[in-house]
Amino acid sequence: MSTILEVQNLKKYFSSQKAVDDISFTIHKGSIFGLLGPNGAGKTTLIRMITGIFYPDAGTINLNGKKFDPTEDVINIGYMPEERGLYKKMKVGEQAMYLAQLKGMGKKEAFEKVKEWFEKFEMQSWWNKKVEDLSKGMSQKLQFVTTVLHEPKLVILDEPFSGLDPVNSNLIKEEIYNLSQKGTTIIFSTHRMEQVEEICDHIVLVNKGSKILDGTVKDIKQQFKQNIFTAEVDHLPAVLQHSSFTIVKQRGNNLTVKINEGYKSNDVLLHFINQQSGIIAYHEILPSLNEIFIRLVEGTPTARQFETVTA
Amino acid sequence: MNKILIIIKREYITRVRNKTFLLSTFLFPLLMFALIFGGAFIGANGTEQRKIAVNDQSGMYTNNFKTGAAVDFGYPEGVDRSNYISKGYEGLLIIYSADKQKADSVRLYTEKQLGLGTDESIKNQLQKINENRMLMERGVTRTTLDSIRLQSESKEALNYRSYQVKGTEIKEDNKMLALAIGYISGFIIYIVLFIYGAAVMRGVMEEKTNRIAEVMVSSVKPFQLMLGKIIGIAAVGLTQLFLWIILIFVLSSLSSLFISPEVLQQAQNMNESMPSMAQNNTMALKILQAQTTLFSANWSLIIPCFIFYFLFGYLFYASLFAAVGSVVNEDPQEAQSLMMPIMLPIILAIFIMMNAVQNPGGSLAFWGSVIPFTSPIVMMARIPFGVPWWQLGLSMISLIAGFLCTTWLSAKIYRTGILLYGKKVTMKEMAKWAFKKS
Repeated sequence: MSTILEVQNLKKYFSSQKAVDDISFTIHKGSIFGLLGPNGAGKTTLIRMITGIFYPDAGTINLNGKKFDPTEDVINIGYMPEERGLYKKMKVGEQAMYLAQLKGMGKKEAFEKVKEWFEKFEMQSWWNKKVEDLSKGMSQKLQFVTTVLHEPKLVILDEPFSGLDPVNSNLIKEEIYNLSQKGTTIIFSTHRMEQVEEICDHIVLVNKGSKILDGTVKDIKQQFKQNIFTAEVDHLPAVLQHSSFTIVKQRGNNLTVKINEGYKSNDVLLHFINQQSGIIAYHEILPSLNEIFIRLVEGTPTARQFETVTA
Repeated sequence: MNKILIIIKREYITRVRNKTFLLSTFLFPLLMFALIFGGAFIGANGTEQRKIAVNDQSGMYTNNFKTGAAVDFGYPEGVDRSNYISKGYEGLLIIYSADKQKADSVRLYTEKQLGLGTDESIKNQLQKINENRMLMERGVTRTTLDSIRLQSESKEALNYRSYQVKGTEIKEDNKMLALAIGYISGFIIYIVLFIYGAAVMRGVMEEKTNRIAEVMVSSVKPFQLMLGKIIGIAAVGLTQLFLWIILIFVLSSLSSLFISPEVLQQAQNMNESMPSMAQNNTMALKILQAQTTLFSANWSLIIPCFIFYFLFGYLFYASLFAAVGSVVNEDPQEAQSLMMPIMLPIILAIFIMMNAVQNPGGSLAFWGSVIPFTSPIVMMARIPFGVPWWQLGLSMISLIAGFLCTTWLSAKIYRTGILLYGKKVTMKEMAKWAFKKS
């Protein structure tokens, strides 16, 4: 798989904070990449550097193998910020056309694309409505359309589902998958872990301006697993205790066990088999990203403290 | 560059299509006319005549006061402070008998405040009567005195003209017209700076509070966004100016129908009876009189200069207003306090302008017309009187330089401010951003 975005040793210091402090990662083409972190971790600053809104203090950004050029690469990037908005007094169609043209599309091309997307999202009737007349969910949809209209190679979505009902959430989610299938790379920034688990291939976790985790969702879960399994048996054995495991939780014939150091699953299963208990189900419990997130972030103060930066 | 054009187009079209644009375009000239000529009407018709009883203990003044537009004098018998109201007078003037060599002491008693005009009129008449008395005491006869007065006050007797000489060219100097043009064009620029400056600020605030700023700056540079808005609104301003010129032309040709020579004459008489109150009316009068000689002005210089100062005065201030708009959060109170430092020089300029139309060659007028903070307004007031070329050049160059400078500094404030939410920004921080090396 080829790399679309490569970020190396990126730094951005503000007068009172090290917003981004030496972060590096690479994103593969066509993947859905999760950028995670608690509030104030530096996600937005990081994204603003990738979109060319901020210049980094140090470090390099390569897009498509070339050095990132904020002016030239505007057409390659679609960004939907968390703080989103539209011109309230403008008509929906004009708004979409305007933003598309600012991305560098010609008038005719823009018109065709807007029409195509409006049809796809069943928004044709909105064309002459003013943006202020749209509901929150509707304007969110419009915002998404304006983000991806110019077919950027890299789409950056900051909390794309906030304020959307499940139906519209699914619509957008489907579209994210579609884009990814077509080779568009998506950076998905959020602190909603269940969505990340569902959507993302690869994640990076940042906290206090530094990267603290980087890998595929599967690998990370493996890395943080605690050897906990659930076992369901037809009847409990006479001797429940065994040196290979400790019981974490027990509910009737359902057991949650933690395998002790030096033992394997088979040792546990053998114990049950030897005790003549019929095994109905046995599987591993991997930690959710939410648990991993909380475990890693916990202990750091919830609100970032201001510090003096000498750089 | 192409992107700036797209932004300019949007800013222009959304504003020109707006109903408020049409409304303000047509209401503004009407308002201006109402302000200027309404003042003349009120001045001419609005003053009440006051009845004043005179108790003259010296005997010199009785029957010598002339009843004018402001005061009607009466000389009832035995009037004093206890009974003047019951005798139907609004005020009592007591002239105490005194030494013949010195001016008498005079006291005016009233229940209500009678206003400056009445006071002024009484003082004037006292002065004149005193003067006559002193002249007569030194042997001038009343008949001589009357004939002198008659001659000196007649307009025909005084043949006064002023000329402006440039090299060999001698031109009749029309100070009235110059004053009128200077005053009006300075005033229009003053209003334009406020209206369009505030429009820029509101536009920037709208982008910020609607949270579209971040979407925009991911497509265009903040500087492009700011410049696009400023130029777009400038285009709106020029459109409006063009429409105003047409409208003012139509209205001024109509105004001569409404304002009859009698009204003019009446206002003129008013002014003579109370000189210090006349300030407000003279302006309107002078403008009205100027109409007749409108074509003697140097329009080929005035119009291009007006467009220049209109445009660059706006450009000079627009970016400052944009910078303020970019740091304001939702709170309009905040905008008010941050706007103050920008508004002060504009208000100062209008005061300097008022001085400059009276004394266009003075050093205050000179400096006011060269320093870019005040030059758009002050220079426009001077141009109709004739300004040396080097001063005009210096003023224009410094205004362009000033515009580049404010735009450059404001762009840096704007860039930071527009993405900053929820934080109240102080002047100090803004200064820090402006002078930070990027």
